[in-house]
Amino acid sequence: MIEARGLAKRYGDKTAVAGLSFTVKPGVVTGFLGPNGAGKTTTMRLILGLDHPSEGRVTVNGKPFSALYSPMREVGALLDATAVHGGRSAYNHLLCLAQTNDIPRTRVEEVLSVVGLSEVARKRSKGFSLGMSQRLGIAATLLGDPEILMFDEPVNGLDPEGIVWIRNLMKALAAEGRTVFVSSHLMSEMENTADHLIVIGRGRLIADCPMGEFIARSTAQAVRAMTPRPDALARAVAAAGGRATITGSVTAGGSGELEVHGLTAERIGDAAFAAGVPLHLLAPSRASLEEAFMELTADSVEYQGAAHELRQLAHTGRTA
Amino acid sequence: MTSLTAQPGSPTAAGRARAVPPATRRPGFAGTLRSELTKIRSLRSTYFTLIAFFVAGVGFAIAAAEGNRVSADHGPFDATAMSLRGAVYLGELIIVVIGALMITSEYGTRMIGTSLTAMPRRGVLYVAKALVLACVTFVVALATSLASFFVGQAILASTGEGASIASPDALRAVLLSAAFVTCCALLAFGLGAIIRYTAGAVTALFGAVFLIPLLAQVLPTSWFDEIVRWLPGGTALGAIVSTTGPPNPHLFGPYGELAVFAGYAAIAVVTGALLFRRRDI
Repeated sequence: MIEARGLAKRYGDKTAVAGLSFTVKPGVVTGFLGPNGAGKTTTMRLILGLDHPSEGRVTVNGKPFSALYSPMREVGALLDATAVHGGRSAYNHLLCLAQTNDIPRTRVEEVLSVVGLSEVARKRSKGFSLGMSQRLGIAATLLGDPEILMFDEPVNGLDPEGIVWIRNLMKALAAEGRTVFVSSHLMSEMENTADHLIVIGRGRLIADCPMGEFIARSTAQAVRAMTPRPDALARAVAAAGGRATITGSVTAGGSGELEVHGLTAERIGDAAFAAGVPLHLLAPSRASLEEAFMELTADSVEYQGAAHELRQLAHTGRTA
Repeated sequence: MTSLTAQPGSPTAAGRARAVPPATRRPGFAGTLRSELTKIRSLRSTYFTLIAFFVAGVGFAIAAAEGNRVSADHGPFDATAMSLRGAVYLGELIIVVIGALMITSEYGTRMIGTSLTAMPRRGVLYVAKALVLACVTFVVALATSLASFFVGQAILASTGEGASIASPDALRAVLLSAAFVTCCALLAFGLGAIIRYTAGAVTALFGAVFLIPLLAQVLPTSWFDEIVRWLPGGTALGAIVSTTGPPNPHLFGPYGELAVFAGYAAIAVVTGALLFRRRDI
């Protein structure tokens, strides 16, 4: 259980995290989402006590991180897989961490085999690929068999095999009743892994809800439709209460393209059938993080400010 | 994930078997000391640096003694100091790298975040690092100054000018040389904790130990005589390795000069500790 209450962090006059309150619960994978620079890493550093909060507090199992009895037995955290001394072997890297918490050497061998690095355990980590480094980093988080695991952007730079491996590992850890807190800026990755989402933008909490609810909340969900009679379909959709935008005119091949908002694929199909409009394609496209995110933050004054700044910047760029 | 939980043991809150035995007492200083020893032992650069230090120190002692043996027309000299000078001067140059790296390499590799996630009590980590550094440095420095002394005196023995370790002055000079080099390592460590970059820490240290005594010499003699005993490194070394009294009458004795230098090291180590505890990583 990780609990943040009114957590804020400022670096000079830059605010990284502002008034963040959330609870990360055991037994599920909690995705920590937000665009780059939203404050995800800062929040994780605050949880681990690496940075000191400017305001508020964050506790792990009810205590500040530095007050934990045996930190590695309670929390395993991977913030940066490349943050190892390249001159040290994988085995010695894990051993020096294990020793701080009186974890036996046998456990080092064990986690090396869990992550599949036993063969290269005595090699210096300098020569490791990013995937191997990620595995080494994950091995370190598992050393104390902790109830809480935190991963910061664990799939960054991994090949598909590595991504699947990490995804399955996180699910398995959560299924064992552990607390798994994983950050990402990729909605697609979170969709496949997380059960619960905490979404932040500009250091502020935007959503804290189950995955399904977050996706459903987004009206940015659209359905792509192709038909030889786009105008007729657009009228049918409008009559059924949806909004259609013609995104592609009828080509020589015979189909025009529309993007429909506010109706499910089923309702669009029914409406088209009732209106006698032939359909060549009907494909629900899930809202991407960016779309869902922009929509959820549209009301935020700060974001409008940012958008305004961007427009201004674009404008001055043009006139300059 | 059965391999994670295959070990028998008491169940966790979630009902799984424990893969790791529970801590019988709160993990802290003892484990962190072992961890730091593992860290320093597991890097090749440690061995390269320490061997370079030993070879350079003993090599200097051999060269100095040989030079003295073959030149017949030299006057009276301090045989002990002659053999130890290399160990301390070159030690100063070489050992500081290990001292600074002990903490700056953690920042350079960003390993510091991982280290503090494993052991978040920063004071424990800092003291463990300083202690391991001091012990390793002192052992190697003592081996170097002893070897330098014996090798040097063995060469000088043929001319009948060698000193004996049995003389209290010689033994003191050997021990204080090792202590001085240890203080150098700790001064570098403290500067490393303050500056957090290897190059910056080593440069700052060379500035303090070599440049300040050098620059002080441009002062009027009366001023220089007033401050010379307080200068870090440099001139103080003469007093520490000497068995025939300080080379400059304005210096403290060997213990006094070592104490002054240890004081600088202590200031750096304590300042580093305060910053290490307070700063964001």
